[in-house]
Amino acid sequence: MSDVAIRAEKLGKKFIIGHRAEVGSVFVDVVARGFRNALRKGTDMLRGRAMVEGDTVEEFWALRDVDFEIKRGEVVSIIGHNGAGKTTLLKILSRITEPSEGRLSIKGRVASLLEVGTGFHPELTGRENVFLNGAILGMTRAEVRRRFDEIIDFSGVEKFIDTPVKRYSVGMYARLAFAVAAHLESEVLVIDEVLAVGDAEFQARCLNRMSAVADAGRTVLFVSHNLAAVTALTKRAIVFQSGRVYFDGAIDEAVAHYATSLRKVKNGGNWGKGNTTSLISAMLVDASGTPTDRYEPGTPLRLRVVLETSGLRGMSLELVLRDEHNLPIGFYSTSVFNQVSLPGKPGQYECSLVLEPYWLASGEYCFDLMTGLTYVDTDHRVDNALRFFVERCSPDAIPFNFSQGKGNGALAMRLASPVEFTELPAAAQEPKPGPG
Amino acid sequence: MSSLDPDNRPLILEAGRADHQYWIDLWRYRELFFILAWRDVAVRYKQTVIGVIWAFVRPFMTMVVFTVVFGSLAKLPSEGSAPYAVMVFAGLLPWTLFASVLSEASLSVIGSANLITKVYFPRLVVPLSTIVVALIDFLVSLAILAGLMLWYGLVPGWQILLLPLFVLLALLAAIGPAIWAASLIVKYRDFRFIIPFVTQIGVYVSPVGFSSKVVPEHWQMLYSINPMVGVIDGFRWCILGGDSPIYWPGFLVSLVVIAVMLAWGAHAFRRSERAFADII
Repeated sequence: MSDVAIRAEKLGKKFIIGHRAEVGSVFVDVVARGFRNALRKGTDMLRGRAMVEGDTVEEFWALRDVDFEIKRGEVVSIIGHNGAGKTTLLKILSRITEPSEGRLSIKGRVASLLEVGTGFHPELTGRENVFLNGAILGMTRAEVRRRFDEIIDFSGVEKFIDTPVKRYSVGMYARLAFAVAAHLESEVLVIDEVLAVGDAEFQARCLNRMSAVADAGRTVLFVSHNLAAVTALTKRAIVFQSGRVYFDGAIDEAVAHYATSLRKVKNGGNWGKGNTTSLISAMLVDASGTPTDRYEPGTPLRLRVVLETSGLRGMSLELVLRDEHNLPIGFYSTSVFNQVSLPGKPGQYECSLVLEPYWLASGEYCFDLMTGLTYVDTDHRVDNALRFFVERCSPDAIPFNFSQGKGNGALAMRLASPVEFTELPAAAQEPKPGPG
Repeated sequence: MSSLDPDNRPLILEAGRADHQYWIDLWRYRELFFILAWRDVAVRYKQTVIGVIWAFVRPFMTMVVFTVVFGSLAKLPSEGSAPYAVMVFAGLLPWTLFASVLSEASLSVIGSANLITKVYFPRLVVPLSTIVVALIDFLVSLAILAGLMLWYGLVPGWQILLLPLFVLLALLAAIGPAIWAASLIVKYRDFRFIIPFVTQIGVYVSPVGFSSKVVPEHWQMLYSINPMVGVIDGFRWCILGGDSPIYWPGFLVSLVVIAVMLAWGAHAFRRSERAFADII
């Protein structure tokens, strides 16, 4: 049993969450509610409990009955959609938070990267931040000093190393931060989605680094939405769904199970409620109506959104499309763009939306969903409601994959008519006479 | 290499498990302590015009105001033959140290929320590291005091050698309530409004602008429940020597209060720190 690096037994993590009640906004009601809440918070405080905002409180298990074993030197990826419990697991593993039940035993020093650049201070220079960040991640000063040149080399920001990082571009900042993290030395390495930084060239370097770490015989736990990276780096994956282990095994099967778990999540995620309308679930479907998390560029983008409405008139369903840097790149509103409102009869509905074909660059995307009166009031908003991937984007059969990582945006633009060059008369090409 | 886990025993994570390695861990994370302290010092006077001069201006102006208000306007007596300004400054030194540690340390944990939700380390490192900035400001003020004494031609007695002991006492007096408040603020933000209130009132309740001898004799014992009474008296005794004898029974009361608050603060902080990341 000595070669087991991490063992989880019946691991669970509970949170207490608060909800807002749907009572009206009559003055008396609001005052009564405020009074009741203050009373509840007061008693919580007297009992030394943590306070929860909201009108009613509820237990929520972010993780439950999780069992697994990871052997020393194994490289395992953790996959699952938002809210499946991945990050909670990583936080328990890295001792940031404590489990509510069960136990977890770990052999060896754990280095965890839940974020790159944790604790970077904008006023300090790159050099100073390398030492600061190193110490925060658990490196000793001697260790950082020993590997300092390597780190700087890896980051490629040598020229600006004595400039305050507040003057850095986003890319430089992320590269320096990842460089520090990539040089951590520990028996167990836990990584959450940190590969999504920098340009394609830098990402490739990060991937190489990760596989070097894995080859060196260290135990690596790797959380990612990037299925291509997951498949390339790991042989085993644990798929989480609604806080439980859904599948544990070979990576190819795991990816397949992940796709089916996407289908099942329909009613699994808890998105909360709006006042008059509630978004319940959403999925991407292919031409045959099968749920998927892939989008083939150049085909219609098909969405199914399940929602509930109290029948209030004029409510709109809205989408914001975001690229992998979480930048908004597209917007659609049923009422503004098409003068279509949510149904006037109360009930649950499935709304099918078929959007025009786009040539989206390969990479990851997500939709934020909203209901409300466009530009006036948002009733229910779910950020990152629907995540999907584009594996390859090669419009007009170009011989390469146009990806978001190229830094040229998320949309491959196409021509409506062929490119034309008209030669201008020679006179127009004469350089203009200078002043003087 | 594994500087943080030299023995090969597995780390067990369980609900409510007492971590007996905590204090060893705290020692192992001393580099983080220094680097956080260094960070706070390094950025303290960035983007200010007069920079480190602020460290001189603030205590000096406070001393002038207190001397004028309590000494010249209210005509309160000084201690022995000591000039009022020196007496005030000798009280202001430990008080400022106490107040800045209390306010900085109690807010430091929520101020480091980004670290606490992303990395593990003994959380006590955060409030403790704020001591260093306060100590540096204290040393600057000490230099002003030296200048002031030179101006008045005062020479401290042998008691001055005991000053470091009272500096330590002032820090201990601050750390106890500070870490207790820090752990409370994580849960209930109400306390972030209470701490500034405590330091504002405290400066008048403690013998900062006046001598503790002003308080009637039969109240001395009760007055010493405020731990800063003992600390400030100790400071004045060190600096003014024979002119300012310590009231020993009261000093002992202050010592006990400091010890109790320190133990309680450490207990409260340790008990709640495991949940910091969940509720911050």
